[in-house]
Amino acid sequence: MTSSRREFLKSSASVAAVGFAANLASPRFAGAAAPASRFADDALRIAPTVGDPAIRELVLSAIDAAKRAGASYADARISQNRSRRLATRERRVQGLSDDETLGCGIRVLVDGTWGFAATRELTADAIARTARIAVAQAKANRGTQVAPVKLAPVTATPNGTWSSPIKIDPFTVAIEDQVALLLRANEAALGVAGVKFVNSAMFFLREEKTFASTDGTVTVQTIYRAQPSMTVTAVSADNSDFQSRQSTDIQPHGLGYEHVLDGKLVENAPRWGAEAVEKLKAKPVDVGRYDLVLHPTHLWLTIHESVAHPTELDRALGYEANYAGTSFVAPPQKVLGKLKYGPEIMNIQGNRTEAGSLGAIGWDDEGVAPETFDIIRKGVVVDYQTTREQAGELDWWYKQQGKPVRSHGNSYAQSWADVQFQRMPNVSLLPGEKDLSYEDLIAATDKGIAIVGDGSFSIDQQRYNAQFGGQLFYEIKGGKIVGMLKDVAYQIRTPEFWSAMDMLGGKRSYELGGAFGDGKGQPAQSNAVSHGCPPTRHRQINVINTGRKA
Amino acid sequence: MSDRLRADSSPRRLFEPARVLSQAEAESLARRIVGFSQADSCRVAIGSSARGNTRFAVNQVSTSGDNEDVTIRVRVTVGKKVGAATTNRLDDDALRQVVQTAERIAKLQPDDPELMPELGPQTYTGVDAFHAATAAAEPGQRAEIVRKVTEASRAAGLSSTGYLEVVTSANAVANSAGLFAYHRSTDCAFTTTVRTTDGAGSGWAGAASRDIDAIDGAALAATAIDKAKRSLNAVAIEPGRYTVVLEPTAVGNLVQLLAFATNARQADEGRSFFSKPGGGTKVGLKVVDERVNLLSDPQDQLAPGVPFDGDGLPTRRVNWIEGGVVKELGYDRFWAQKQGVAPVVLPGCLQMSGGSQSVQEMIASTERGILVTRFWYIRPVDPRTILYTGLTRDGTFLIERGKVTKAIKNLRFNESPVFLLNNIEALGKTQRVSASESGSAGVPIVVPSVKAHDFTFTSLSDAV
Repeated sequence: MTSSRREFLKSSASVAAVGFAANLASPRFAGAAAPASRFADDALRIAPTVGDPAIRELVLSAIDAAKRAGASYADARISQNRSRRLATRERRVQGLSDDETLGCGIRVLVDGTWGFAATRELTADAIARTARIAVAQAKANRGTQVAPVKLAPVTATPNGTWSSPIKIDPFTVAIEDQVALLLRANEAALGVAGVKFVNSAMFFLREEKTFASTDGTVTVQTIYRAQPSMTVTAVSADNSDFQSRQSTDIQPHGLGYEHVLDGKLVENAPRWGAEAVEKLKAKPVDVGRYDLVLHPTHLWLTIHESVAHPTELDRALGYEANYAGTSFVAPPQKVLGKLKYGPEIMNIQGNRTEAGSLGAIGWDDEGVAPETFDIIRKGVVVDYQTTREQAGELDWWYKQQGKPVRSHGNSYAQSWADVQFQRMPNVSLLPGEKDLSYEDLIAATDKGIAIVGDGSFSIDQQRYNAQFGGQLFYEIKGGKIVGMLKDVAYQIRTPEFWSAMDMLGGKRSYELGGAFGDGKGQPAQSNAVSHGCPPTRHRQINVINTGRKA
Repeated sequence: MSDRLRADSSPRRLFEPARVLSQAEAESLARRIVGFSQADSCRVAIGSSARGNTRFAVNQVSTSGDNEDVTIRVRVTVGKKVGAATTNRLDDDALRQVVQTAERIAKLQPDDPELMPELGPQTYTGVDAFHAATAAAEPGQRAEIVRKVTEASRAAGLSSTGYLEVVTSANAVANSAGLFAYHRSTDCAFTTTVRTTDGAGSGWAGAASRDIDAIDGAALAATAIDKAKRSLNAVAIEPGRYTVVLEPTAVGNLVQLLAFATNARQADEGRSFFSKPGGGTKVGLKVVDERVNLLSDPQDQLAPGVPFDGDGLPTRRVNWIEGGVVKELGYDRFWAQKQGVAPVVLPGCLQMSGGSQSVQEMIASTERGILVTRFWYIRPVDPRTILYTGLTRDGTFLIERGKVTKAIKNLRFNESPVFLLNNIEALGKTQRVSASESGSAGVPIVVPSVKAHDFTFTSLSDAV
């Protein structure tokens, strides 16, 4: 699932839900006190940095302390997250904040029971004490144990390093240039008649993470993420209607400041403004069944909810029943190699390698080098997303397939303060063999609706019934777009929706969408993930009209 | 385990009561940071927390965690320019650095036309939201509460999953104009979903309180187990408009959405349900049934809020809706000044007044309707009407001729709390609920059960 405003009260409880502070709802997902502007990035750095031998020593001391306290396995992560968040509206900067958080999380196994403790104090004493707390906690939990945890084998990486493939470190870009870019984009949108409000923002993250485990791995990674965004709002003259257009053409990526420049906010803003104004006059949709042509900027979220989440193995085994839910893709014995999810042209892969994707990493949060793996092959479910703890649950299947019992590398924690668990990698729909474009799919459609951009979304706890809105909806008649629609949402039952896919675009139409706010786990943790896909067409999908009068 | 290890790990001594900053520590730290600033004004917000959680699945603890953190947020102004930075390092070098970073950011900003001066010293009414028993809860005690559910479920041949969270926090605000505010609180939430082993039945129960001793694991286990068993053999019914009896959690799930929308500026700007057609806001207009009172009272016993907001402004009781009429909307200090009114801040809690009917009485008076335990994955669809979509979950039943007759498949709704609160037939007694989606303690919410007509369900779900 992706998170929503509904949890916002938690973080803004002491704020009147207005202004910048309330929008900084990113607890423990903060970054660092980057020295501002034209100063060299590391000029003011005092905190230990990634690659510092002292950090390596501390993580190793953490797993040693855990072993001495009785852990059979331990891993430790020291991470420093630095982030910058800049938000504007119209001609005003609402806020710019440089944030950092630094600490160490230690996970231990004692007699097959997990313990986890974390501290912001990076001293040898504090870390040793935290390791002992994790062990004592595991012992306190041991009494409930029914089946002990067993970890799948891993290849040790004694000295691994990895960095996101960025061109420009966003923390070295002059702050006044970042501010000026957003204000120029706002001005460009406000120049469109009918546009009343514009919000724009940039968010950057740099996570420097050092990991060590008692299985002999020590890795050091530097991970970047960047998200520029705009929302343009038009209000009708008599206040009877308002419509917004979000900049969903530009998705968050695991890149640097070059992603912001490539987004061409100033150049795109007038179009987004014009589209928001056009939505005011759009025709309310007639309810009924339509052939849907889904643009990649929309489809990624439908894939996220209806394919990526249900193929998480912990959900299928019931571990997330109390919040994120279970899965209709279960039990594994009944679905692997058997469950038909969609047509032959449907191929879904998990990966953590796509260039610029949010899920790209060198090693996951238990030291596993991730692999690209098929989840759905020719429409049939063939695997799940896994961690070291989970892979053994599928040993019977891997044996049948002649494959080793190994984790796919899908373990992740949002920060040093949180325990790692199974989180989705990039889960992507592979393009078709024919070189078809979005426009080709529209041209082939007689009566339908084309949907651009992700909008409203909701899905049940087993991932059967979902409802999706969008940013822009276009009526298709006789292979042509004849006008704009509004108040559109489609409702699906997952297997029928994917079975109804009869066309998809080729390689050249493939795009990466994604989100920072993929929520799962208790306490809820935020994962960042991309989903690549071409445009698709789905026959005879149920469309409702969401417009009601207050 | 060897004796040496036992001595080494000594859990009793390790788990001291949750360590958060005391008032004196917070004030001294805040003053030190403010002292590092050369800017025209400086504000420091300190968030100190100790969090413990225990998760369980398939009738055993799966993961758990304990962590402590202190977040320092510095906001400075230079002329009319604003900058901010955050750190969790507390040594003097790091604190000097975070102040300098905020100052450097400020100097690079354009002037902020909405800048408000820092508040001077304020007077606060303390909010009693700290329970020593909660702050002292350690993993062994959490595991004991969890076992009340796992063992009852195992005995019943069912599979339990759930989450217990215990949070102790201290928040402080200080500024260069002499303001200092401090508040300490505890929170805990316990939720469980019990499923039949064939996956055909699911029942939920949850509770939240400032006081861990008020969390009754055995009672929650009994409720979730009962619902899991009764939710078997669910039948499909046609989606459409139904009379609903919403248990308090389900009411909390929806009514909080109305509170999210009470922003005066958005209303004045014409992009809110609270915008009045033709201009202005709906303050003074009746928007829901006259029995509805929606308010936030930081001093409430069941759901205490916070004594101050992020600016250090004292909170007070706010009546959002009284007798069905919009009374107040939220104003930050800038918008309040611009509109010539006093600021209205969210006191970090919410309650809706109730009535006297029990859920059983509501069922008894219902010819045909649906009993809802809770709603889930609720997301906005149309802000013009506060229309949301989401689904029923973990205990949805058909009411026929005054009785619960069978379990039904879950349903997706497309509905607004505004329409719900216009269609009220009866109100029940109020209680604190755990209405956050993720099972975190969240904002304290106190709501009644509600019976209402014409609730809009738009499709069926096969999810259990």
